[in-house]
Amino acid sequence: MNIDLAHFTPFPSLVGGLLIGFSAALLVLGNGRVAGISGILGGLLDTTSRDRLWRAAFVLGLFAAPWAFKFFASLPAVTIAASPPVLIVAGLLVGIGTRYASGCTSGHGVCGLSRGSVRSLAATATFMAAGFLTVFVTRHLLGL
Amino acid sequence: MLILNALLAGLIFGVGLIVSGMANPAKVLGFLDLAGNWDPSLAFVMGGAIAIGVVGFAIARRLKRSVLGAPMSLPKATRIDRRLLAGSALFGAGWGLAGFCPGPALVSAGSGEPKAVLFVAAMLVGMQIFSLLERRFAGTEKPA
Repeated sequence: MNIDLAHFTPFPSLVGGLLIGFSAALLVLGNGRVAGISGILGGLLDTTSRDRLWRAAFVLGLFAAPWAFKFFASLPAVTIAASPPVLIVAGLLVGIGTRYASGCTSGHGVCGLSRGSVRSLAATATFMAAGFLTVFVTRHLLGL
Repeated sequence: MLILNALLAGLIFGVGLIVSGMANPAKVLGFLDLAGNWDPSLAFVMGGAIAIGVVGFAIARRLKRSVLGAPMSLPKATRIDRRLLAGSALFGAGWGLAGFCPGPALVSAGSGEPKAVLFVAAMLVGMQIFSLLERRFAGTEKPA
């Protein structure tokens, strides 16, 4: 293993993490809800659900975040290397997988681990392992 | 008030994702690439988020109703079953292919990034496929 010091950003990443944790605390203490993005989206897609307003508001907040950020600083550069077909396959996998798992990086990784949930720890360990493995296969075995 | 709080929480969550570097797939893939030039930054995101999350959920657990009067809706599922693990594995594979998980994808789509919009569209289709499958094979296990 070789640590990439050129791209290592411990301070901004920690500050961003604190903001994410603060948001999760705000939502659970204010709305009594877990800040799990895939769950919030899944509920928003369910047209029979009656509590879609707060979900829509949360998603609107996510959409608005880059625009709010731009008031104070220029947006950091984003690199999306994946080709459109790969993005489609990846999107389908993330959509189906997070709904079957009842959570993603936020619901299991942040909120679940904060609650001390063993179920969320199992989910987080699994998706991290799958992520590590996928990058290993695509970058080092297939050389993509 | 609940809607406003959810909007604010979404906004802060999104800004946290941008500040932390999570909104940049190249950075996420740098974290998932253990065998290459490893960028450990995202461990600091998780650490920061959980540090605040632990406090928020510890308080939330003692509340009968949320501070704004909503019922507390915390996950009750504890089972570690095939759905959880297989779903998480699919999600991790998609995450490793594109470098996007649901939250950052929404933030990036909000900023108008076409590739992120494509990923989000595929993710929403994936979530709908899950719902269709659930309706077709209903009755075995209920999601949390």
